[in-house]
Amino acid sequence: MKRFHLPLLIVALVATSLTIFYHKAFNLGFPLTPAQTTNNWIVEARVGFEPNGGAVTARVFIPYEPKGLAILDENFISRGYGLTTSLSGENREAVWTTRQPSGRQVLYYRTTVYQLERDRREPPYPGPVSPPELEEPYASAAEEVVTRVRARSADITSFATVLVRDMNQIPDENISLFVSSSDSDRTKVRTAIDLLAGARIPARMAHGIPLTERGRDLQPQTWLEVHNTREWVPINIHDGSVGYPENFMVWWYGDVDPVRLNRARNPQISFAVTQNYMDAVGVAQQRAEILDSRLMDFSLFNLPVQTQNMYRVLLLVPLGAMIIVLLRNIVGVQTFGTFMPVLIALSFRETELLGGIILFTLIVSLGLAIRFYLDRLKLLLVPRLASVVIVVIMLMLTLSILSHNLGIEYGLSVALFPMVILAMTIERMSILWEEHGPSDAIRQGIGSLAVAAAAYLLMINPYIDHLFFVFPEMLLIALAVTLLLGRYTGYRLSELVRFRAFKGASSS
Amino acid sequence: MKWFVSPRELRRRGVVGMNQRNAGLISELNPRSRYPLVDDKLRTKQLALEAGIAVPELYGVIETNHDIRHLPRIVARSDDFVIKPAHGAGGNGILVITGRMRDSFRKSSGRMVDLEGVGHHVSNVLSGMHSLGGQPDTAMVEYRVKFDPLFEKVSFQGVPDIRTVVYKGYPIMAMVRLPTRDSDGKANLHQGAVGVGVNMATGRTGQGVWHNRIVDLHPDTGAPIKNLQIPDWDTLLELAARCFELTGLGYLGVDVVLDRERGPLMLELNARPGLAVQLANGAGLGERVRVIDALQRERHPPQSRATLAQERFSQAIQPAA
Repeated sequence: MKRFHLPLLIVALVATSLTIFYHKAFNLGFPLTPAQTTNNWIVEARVGFEPNGGAVTARVFIPYEPKGLAILDENFISRGYGLTTSLSGENREAVWTTRQPSGRQVLYYRTTVYQLERDRREPPYPGPVSPPELEEPYASAAEEVVTRVRARSADITSFATVLVRDMNQIPDENISLFVSSSDSDRTKVRTAIDLLAGARIPARMAHGIPLTERGRDLQPQTWLEVHNTREWVPINIHDGSVGYPENFMVWWYGDVDPVRLNRARNPQISFAVTQNYMDAVGVAQQRAEILDSRLMDFSLFNLPVQTQNMYRVLLLVPLGAMIIVLLRNIVGVQTFGTFMPVLIALSFRETELLGGIILFTLIVSLGLAIRFYLDRLKLLLVPRLASVVIVVIMLMLTLSILSHNLGIEYGLSVALFPMVILAMTIERMSILWEEHGPSDAIRQGIGSLAVAAAAYLLMINPYIDHLFFVFPEMLLIALAVTLLLGRYTGYRLSELVRFRAFKGASSS
Repeated sequence: MKWFVSPRELRRRGVVGMNQRNAGLISELNPRSRYPLVDDKLRTKQLALEAGIAVPELYGVIETNHDIRHLPRIVARSDDFVIKPAHGAGGNGILVITGRMRDSFRKSSGRMVDLEGVGHHVSNVLSGMHSLGGQPDTAMVEYRVKFDPLFEKVSFQGVPDIRTVVYKGYPIMAMVRLPTRDSDGKANLHQGAVGVGVNMATGRTGQGVWHNRIVDLHPDTGAPIKNLQIPDWDTLLELAARCFELTGLGYLGVDVVLDRERGPLMLELNARPGLAVQLANGAGLGERVRVIDALQRERHPPQSRATLAQERFSQAIQPAA
């Protein structure tokens, strides 16, 4: 059991991390790349009617899982009304009730929807429908229409397309029994559903609105949907073309009015649409709230912005630490201290790489020179360290002022280096210099800088920054990798060079 | 020679890498609680004295800056002495005084230093400058080893010593460490000292390694370093083996110096002995560790452990298995 402890732990960490990651990325729609925006629309339905007197009930269809869209947010604006929502068949409806309305009543329903990357699962095939019982001459005419259309079509979808086209062109008297050119869309769809039923094809009426950039007083459009045994296929009732236009929102299904009233008259409904761009993260957050996802209680986005920004940096430190483990234990790079390179890398974030390296090298070498001078004064350790800190600050100040006067703004960012880190580096380096010689000291100095640069390059990557901030569970993966590296007992790359003498010795 | 060696070749020869040493040898065999015994040279010395293991004589201990005024009294008995931090790491902070002229002391490099300079060194030691982790430390003043003339021609200043790696109480590999001009009289290989492999059975030296290269002559003196016979080799191995009982550390480096008059003296112990000994011997530690692990696990006295090691590891360069 002991042997499997670590592997199991690693697998558990990775699995947990990936599960949360998958849920957040694909179910809640958190963006995988930074600065992603999603299209979303605010759609408003305005319902008006005149009460007859007495308690009024208004039943209004509201969208329920519209195809290709997801509902982010919804509001009901209705003063003095009681409200319930319920599912009825394929539709969802809001039921507004009030006891004593007077004058013209207006109710609003407002929803924010956004495009869904993936489609929802389609409802199952309802099965073939039974043909309607018609009287003569309609029965034989319908049969004739179906036979002719079938002869010119290949499958269910094309059958519907051809039928709709015929209904619009009216090529013979059979079809003219059913349609006239003055029919409304709704009548046409109703007729098409009846004729399709003659061919045992399930079909339904759909009502929806196009989501444009900006639109007012929109009326719902009526569409035909046929089921091709796999999914519902929308058919344009005017020309038989297949598929909804881009950004079309189905509001309700069926041959029913959107507003049904009790003790009221003159129902009216109209829609208004406004498009709106939103940070994808915000959309995903709202969506998670609607789904009441427990995960969001642990989201970094709930923290104050300042704290968020701090964590944006802090969350990358584990990554840097992982890089150090990699470079030290697998590659064998020698560095000052274990985690000093991460701290240097963090300050590179502010100074940029090249400027950072130049400034760092400059300050450390100047500091070293002064440290060697201090050595001749024979100071004790702590006062000497303190003196080095003071000298480092003065060096930074001089550099900043000098470079500012020369017009090089680089030099100003020197202040962002943690000076205690600089002082410690100088102290360590000088001891190393004295006791192990300059070559060791310089080698470790370069090693530290190289590791810091590598960590920096990884840490400034906007994708990695974004991933770790939006998906902090990635830390578990970093932990798992580090644990895995912790068990690596093989040779370091540098040892292959160090022990190269064994190559020659084997032959002797 | 290629500039690198394949990991397969290294594995075949049983070479232990840094990661394997840390994980497989040090963290498994060396309980942390025992580290203070070897990290504090003062305690090591006291333990060794109790166990009757020969060590350089301790002249005095300076624990506070205030005590530095006792320095002249401590060193009054002898013209030559060594000052070292009790918690020194990697041979750092050791000041060797080889002689005295009135108030001036001669360092091993030949340069002179006055009493104030020695005092400053002591105070640096006390401040923890040379110590592991930089914690405040104690300075030890002790007998300067007059090393055996054997190594006179192959040392550049400083004290050559013999590092023996003791695995579970069995001395498994040893090397002579010769100071060079590069190493500034120190006997650490990474500072530039020469490491010379030793035949475990006979105590005769083999090839040397300097800056990771194979050498046959001392880089500074030009004298051959091969085929030198280390005197009292059996005693030395037994002394190394006995240090296991002293510390309970399963992977231990024992540093021994050969004194002209007093024979092998245990200088210090190391709970994290380095891997350079493999280069000096042209053999991997892993091979020898396996031999010891295969032995029946009964308790042997140090002497028979040393004898057993001599029997098993007779070749300086092990033929590949």
